[in-house]
Amino acid sequence: MTEGKIDLQKRNSAIGEELIRVEHLKKHFGKLEVLKDVNQVIRRGQKVVLLGPSGSGKTTFLRCLNLLEQPTGGKIWFEGNEITAPDCDIDKVRARMCMVFQQFNLFPHLSIRKNITLAPVKLKLKSQAEADADAERLLGRVGLLEKIDAYPRQLSGGQQQRIAIVRALAMNPDVMLFDEPTSALDPEMVGEVLSVMVELAREGMTMVVVTHEIGFAREVADHVVFMDDGYIVEEGTPDEVLRDPKQARTQDFLRKVLK
Amino acid sequence: MDKWFQQMQAEFRLCFIDKDRWRLLLTGLGNTMVISLFAVLIGILIAVVVSLVRSRWDTTHERMRPGPGKAIFAFFDRLCRLYITVIRGTPTVIQLMIMYYVIFTSTKNGVLVAIVSFGINSGAYVAEIIRGGIMSIEKGQMEAGRSLGLNYHQTMWYIIAPQVLKAILPALANEFIVLLKETSISGYVAVMDLTYAGNRIRGATYSAFMPLIAVAIIYLVVVVGLTKLVGRLERRLRQSDGR
Ligand SMILES: Nc1ncnc2c1ncn2[C@@H]1O[C@H](COP(=O)(O)OP(=O)(O)OP(=O)(O)O)[C@@H](O)[C@H]1O
Ligand SMILES: [Mg+2]
Repeated sequence: MTEGKIDLQKRNSAIGEELIRVEHLKKHFGKLEVLKDVNQVIRRGQKVVLLGPSGSGKTTFLRCLNLLEQPTGGKIWFEGNEITAPDCDIDKVRARMCMVFQQFNLFPHLSIRKNITLAPVKLKLKSQAEADADAERLLGRVGLLEKIDAYPRQLSGGQQQRIAIVRALAMNPDVMLFDEPTSALDPEMVGEVLSVMVELAREGMTMVVVTHEIGFAREVADHVVFMDDGYIVEEGTPDEVLRDPKQARTQDFLRKVLK
Repeated sequence: MDKWFQQMQAEFRLCFIDKDRWRLLLTGLGNTMVISLFAVLIGILIAVVVSLVRSRWDTTHERMRPGPGKAIFAFFDRLCRLYITVIRGTPTVIQLMIMYYVIFTSTKNGVLVAIVSFGINSGAYVAEIIRGGIMSIEKGQMEAGRSLGLNYHQTMWYIIAPQVLKAILPALANEFIVLLKETSISGYVAVMDLTYAGNRIRGATYSAFMPLIAVAIIYLVVVVGLTKLVGRLERRLRQSDGR
């Protein structure tokens, strides 16, 4: 959080062309309208942090981006292709925007190595040898190389979540989606996961992060989005939204989280 | 006591040694094993298809676009439900007799008919076991697989299926044991299974104790052996995920 100013400029200059476009996104579950009209453009290299009270639709929005939830209205484009179109090959798209879940969702029957290499190998993006080498390199970076032959159950939550990040990274995605990646962790493990994410951000990964970690948002985000009741209520730079929010609902929310 | 022992010896000779009657039991055991084994294979085959249709319908029909694809899918789901309802709702022995006396009237190969009949019967139960297994796997597993770009079938095969297999193995083994014992009604369609063999000896010798106890013991030994085997397999599977 110290080198904020200089870093911010560097990050802004790295932001490139449009990667994801969301227009008039709507989603309802039966009668419950969760997303009412959400619009958003995410550019390459951008770090977007989504904030909002519980039940405001953050998870649903994130899951609509890779169509884990089928939107009931509106359109989404990824790299210029409309992924909400009926003929879109969603598996191809998902391989380019990987997701990190609140509950890690590692595959319990597979070793860490297999957890990381399964998808790239089965999708023929890499040979097993290449995938193994990548897995080792990435695990080394998050400090878990010695766990490569362990099984998920043998690891702590923080370790599992770092592995889940590596598993997503191994796909060389264009964008990574994080849904409250630290919410299921014991407090002492939050830091190790956040620092991996901060490093990812430094390297220029495009990230969309749902989190309640305001500190992370301040340090990493270049765009903060505040959602409430199925709409984006307020958005802007961290300074604009976090330090000087215009909307009463944002102020209210921040007061509660920062307390 | 001595006299009792001698009497037992005589009965043993009468029931198993005379006229090589032990061969009947051997043939019977062979048929029982063949019927159970192939029936279980057919059952698993049917069950995999049925459970995949049922569970995929259950998890995805709400999200499917209406159209001919959905209609066909809905039809197959109904068909699978009907199959399970009918099989579970009627006695196995009636199914077997219908198979033999109504459907396969042209064949006198009772073993084959029994295999098909027990296979179809077992399929319904195993299908529900597998479906339960699939449902017991956390939703997040499918989502994690899909979010990495694996398609539905790849995720099913590499991620869901191994976990399901491990979860249902005890139930599956139990089903096999139940099936093995259920084949003891094969005599209804003139198949010489283990039970029928014992009964034949009883009829021929007018001695009930020896042949029936022998048959019971043979079933018991086979079942206990199978249980041990499955236990070992389960332990191996458990080791592989570091528990
Ligand atoms: N599959 C579903 N079926 C029905 N309702 C759902 C489903 N998924 C989410 N909802 C509902 O949609 C609303 C928004 O949920 P969502 O998970 O998007 O909120 P959120 O902003 O992520 O909240 P939180 O901070 O608690 O994670 C909630 O009321 C939730 O109960
Ligand atoms: Mg959520």
